[in-house]
Amino acid sequence: MARQETILRVEHLSMKFGGLVAVDDLSFEAKKGDITAIIGPNGAGKTTVFNCITGFYKPTEGRIALVHGDDSILTRIDNVTATGKQWVRTRQGALFLLERLQDFKVSELARVARTFQNIRLFGGMTLLENLLIAQHNKLMRASGYTFGGLLGLGGYGKAERAAIDKARYWLDKTGLLDRADDAAASLPYGAQRRLEIARAMCSDPVLLCLDEPAAGLNAREGEELNELLLSIRKEHDVSILLIEHDMGVVMQISDRIVVLDYGRKIADGSPAAVRSDPKVIAAYLGVEEEETDEVAKELSA
Amino acid sequence: MEYFLQQLINGVALGSIYGLIAIGYTMVYGIIGMINFAHGDIFMVSTMISLVLLIALFSLGVTAVPIVLLVILLGAVFLTALYGWTVERMAYRPLRGSFRLAPLISAIGMSIVLQNYIQNAQGADKKAFTQLIPGGIEFFKEADFSVWLQYSQIALFTTTIVVLAVFTFIVTKTPLGRAQRACEQDIKMASLLGIDVDKTISLTFVMGASLAAVAGLMHLLYYGSTDFYAGFVVGIKAFTAAVLGGIGSLPGAVLGGITIGLIEVFFAGYVSVDYKDVAAFSILSIVLIFLPTGILGRPEVEKV
Amino acid sequence: MASTDTAAPVQTPPGAAPVEPSPVRQPHPAIALLKDAAMWAAVTFILTFPIVGFKTVARGGRYVFDNNVDVVLGLTAFVFLGRILLNLTIWRKPKTATARAASGTVLDTGWAAKARRLLVPVMLVVAVTYPFLAVWASGGLVTGRYWVDLGVLVMTYVLLGWGLNIVVGLAGLLDLGYVAFYAVGAYTFALLTMNFGLSFWMCLPIAGIIAALFGVVLGFPVLRLRGDYLAIVTLAFGEIIRLVLINWREFTGGASGINQIPRPSFFGLEFIPSGPTSFAEFFGIAFSPVHRLIFFYYVILALALVVLVVTIRLRRLPIGRAWEALREDEIACRSLGISVVNTKLTAFALGAMFGGFAGTVFAARQGYISPTDFTFIQSAFIVAIVVLGGLGSNLGIVLSSLVLIGGIEMLRNLGFVKAIFGSGFDPVQYRMLIFGIVMVIIMVWKPRGLISSRAPTVFLKEKKRVGADMISEGHG
Ligand SMILES: Nc1ncnc2c1ncn2[C@@H]1O[C@H](COP(=O)(O)OP(=O)(O)OP(=O)(O)O)[C@@H](O)[C@H]1O
Ligand SMILES: [Mg+2]
Repeated sequence: MARQETILRVEHLSMKFGGLVAVDDLSFEAKKGDITAIIGPNGAGKTTVFNCITGFYKPTEGRIALVHGDDSILTRIDNVTATGKQWVRTRQGALFLLERLQDFKVSELARVARTFQNIRLFGGMTLLENLLIAQHNKLMRASGYTFGGLLGLGGYGKAERAAIDKARYWLDKTGLLDRADDAAASLPYGAQRRLEIARAMCSDPVLLCLDEPAAGLNAREGEELNELLLSIRKEHDVSILLIEHDMGVVMQISDRIVVLDYGRKIADGSPAAVRSDPKVIAAYLGVEEEETDEVAKELSA
Repeated sequence: MEYFLQQLINGVALGSIYGLIAIGYTMVYGIIGMINFAHGDIFMVSTMISLVLLIALFSLGVTAVPIVLLVILLGAVFLTALYGWTVERMAYRPLRGSFRLAPLISAIGMSIVLQNYIQNAQGADKKAFTQLIPGGIEFFKEADFSVWLQYSQIALFTTTIVVLAVFTFIVTKTPLGRAQRACEQDIKMASLLGIDVDKTISLTFVMGASLAAVAGLMHLLYYGSTDFYAGFVVGIKAFTAAVLGGIGSLPGAVLGGITIGLIEVFFAGYVSVDYKDVAAFSILSIVLIFLPTGILGRPEVEKV
Repeated sequence: MASTDTAAPVQTPPGAAPVEPSPVRQPHPAIALLKDAAMWAAVTFILTFPIVGFKTVARGGRYVFDNNVDVVLGLTAFVFLGRILLNLTIWRKPKTATARAASGTVLDTGWAAKARRLLVPVMLVVAVTYPFLAVWASGGLVTGRYWVDLGVLVMTYVLLGWGLNIVVGLAGLLDLGYVAFYAVGAYTFALLTMNFGLSFWMCLPIAGIIAALFGVVLGFPVLRLRGDYLAIVTLAFGEIIRLVLINWREFTGGASGINQIPRPSFFGLEFIPSGPTSFAEFFGIAFSPVHRLIFFYYVILALALVVLVVTIRLRRLPIGRAWEALREDEIACRSLGISVVNTKLTAFALGAMFGGFAGTVFAARQGYISPTDFTFIQSAFIVAIVVLGGLGSNLGIVLSSLVLIGGIEMLRNLGFVKAIFGSGFDPVQYRMLIFGIVMVIIMVWKPRGLISSRAPTVFLKEKKRVGADMISEGHG
């Protein structure tokens, strides 16, 4: 297997809320085309990591680098950090220091999309509208920053039709096409989760961050979700960062797992390696390390 | 120096009135998260009630100041509390759990109703009254200037302290206070646990209105005037005080009120009388924008 | 805020039947009815007895009472009978708040849709022909003046409502200081035309732009505020502008305002009795001051229609969708690359610009302006019109303007009101009181406003309106 390129590099990330250390000196990498899972008990700091990556929180310390294209650009990372720039672009690719970008710039420039643990849809708007809003910046440019669109100039109509086609594609892929004109809030829970993923994909991401997408889904829906995620990765050249409690989903589809506990990384590796890591089992079950062997046996039985 | 001292006394006096009103805002906002926009007008209604009672007592020949004060206090507190209760019952309770803008709009409507109700019932003229408690203690006498601590100011300070102590006791030590704090945390949960939420909220409005009545009487005694529009600006300043002191905190509300009072009086005394309300509104904006959790509060990170 | 919450049925704590106290043991219905009515009558009596019953009037250097106890008794009886009547009629239906299930969307057919589709062209025709209708129906220019004046008034509020609708209805930002932009427009026009002699048509765009600048300047600091705090800060801004207008005497004329603002002309024809540039002489008709009023009516109508068309188009452009998305969920917007700063500021700026237009027309029509024209109550009026109309609905705003402004003004003409309350009763005196009561009643009756459903901006197969219980209220 060829060397995999890095898409996201997190270094010494720390996030404190007053006295509480939610994320503590966390470093890890996500490879291009991989599904990288972040797991950990409740309150381990997983969502906080996402919020730091997507610019919603400014980390107390640390560096988060995202790469477009060739990851050889990472050699310049210290250089860029020192100059105080937010990003650089070369012929081979681009490098973004996400902790320096505002939340909406993370999406617009670095093309990182996300979903939320407690679903955040535009409930009073239709599914189609939800997916068009995800293409806001593109459509804004096409409408000549509103002026052209208002006067009926420029190719806004064409751009909007293309955006609708894209929305249709994702509605179809998530099995929501026949509800395109319904209010998002009227969807059942599982469908809302899928719509949120479709909406994130409509913003053309290179990295898709999913916060517990399988939460509250039944077994069949979970299965469908797995397929959706695998096909997104395969067909759309998108890397995925996944927070998940459902071990079935995690073990089945992820290429690499990072385990957090009390904000600290306690394991990092392939699903097989993580599964048998005593520290992970201890963290999950809250048992002493000596007992973990038995638990591991039970688990694998 | 004398001038400064005098302004200090006046500022604290004015601020005590703001503080008493602010407690009403802070308790209601703490519990149901709405700005009781009509609260300033409840205060205004109470000044009118006090005035009517005062004139009634005088025309009945009752002039002994302690008796007059006691009767007015009791009467005004009772009637104003009933106004507060009615307003909640008619304009806010039906909207509980509904669209969030609705109670605010309803409250603005209620504020308009109260102002125009008083204007129609009592006329639009400014009601001026001679001071009921004249005189005071003179100290720092100089040739051209002396500092006065008026008796009405002393009454105002003692009332504020006593009322604050009583209400702090109610909120921290009694079952009602416990129910209020439970509702403050989570109304749904409180009602599941068997707390009569409606009653608790009603009583909160009653308490807020009672305090407004105390403030109203003090205002009338101290300034000797009122009109149907007297509640609007005072109400907004008191709300600023509530936010400044940290929503939900009773001593904070009084502290906030005194801060606002001092700023207003010193601004009027040293900078410009014309622009004193501009200063007040600017402080309001600055507080809400930069200190939304109050002087004592910590900045919050928005939860995502 | 979470979209899942909005689908939940309206939460009513136990025992919170909106108006009636919830009796534990049900007594006989008639007794309960009388008891309820008696209780509210008693409350009314206690509340009104001192305040309404004894009016303090200064006479001979001291205060004496005017006795109005008869009014108190009248009010008490009114409440007693009113309670019984209401309990027997409107409030009889059991309140089934929870039964309003999450219906999601409804197809845009059915009688409501048909009525709406019919209503819009009818209203347009009426709006365009209104001055002539009014003059014709009331039998002449002189008698029609009142009606044309009323039309101008209602139309001004429609224009203001449509402007504020962008901020409050679409972007979900509760702005209680909208009157500031109205004032900025009016003063800009007045000062420009008085000091530099610029014409009305020159001033109109300038006033709009300056108001928009004010919108940005005032909008910037409040970007991160939400909900009630935003409302209070905007209120404060409105008051600050008014107080500055009062106190900056050299510039604004202080409390007495600006008088004798030149009136605009009709393509160079002035509304004067005679002379080469007289409108009346040019067209060979008899002079009437109502001509100018009719002219203003059309100016406002044209502006309103421009605002309407622009708003409708904007709603279907990315910026309009971003406004509505912002109202639904700001955090989700940020995660999709939408700049909250730009989106909010454009909403503030555009809303302010339309307010500035309205202010310009107001100053030109009135001929004099003073800070008392721009008090908080004006802002409350406009917000009430937008919210009572139904957030985001342009049609709703027209309806609520008609009800609140036109309807209350109509009270003046109702003979039977005088018949009931005696000839000394002048409803106009109680205009504001009635206005406030109507505001409360509409909120309690329809918290989402008159037209609460939302038309989608785009559809794949069929256009369905989104039910009110789906729509998020916005952060303020
Ligand atoms: N905005 C905030 N302010 C204060 N504390 C916060 C904030 N956000 C998160 N925390 C705290 O940080 C810790 C980690 O929270 P986080 O939401 O990241 O956990 P998590 O791993 O996602 O848990 P879960 O599995 O329950 O979603 C928790 O103790 C939480 O209370
Ligand atoms: Mg989480």
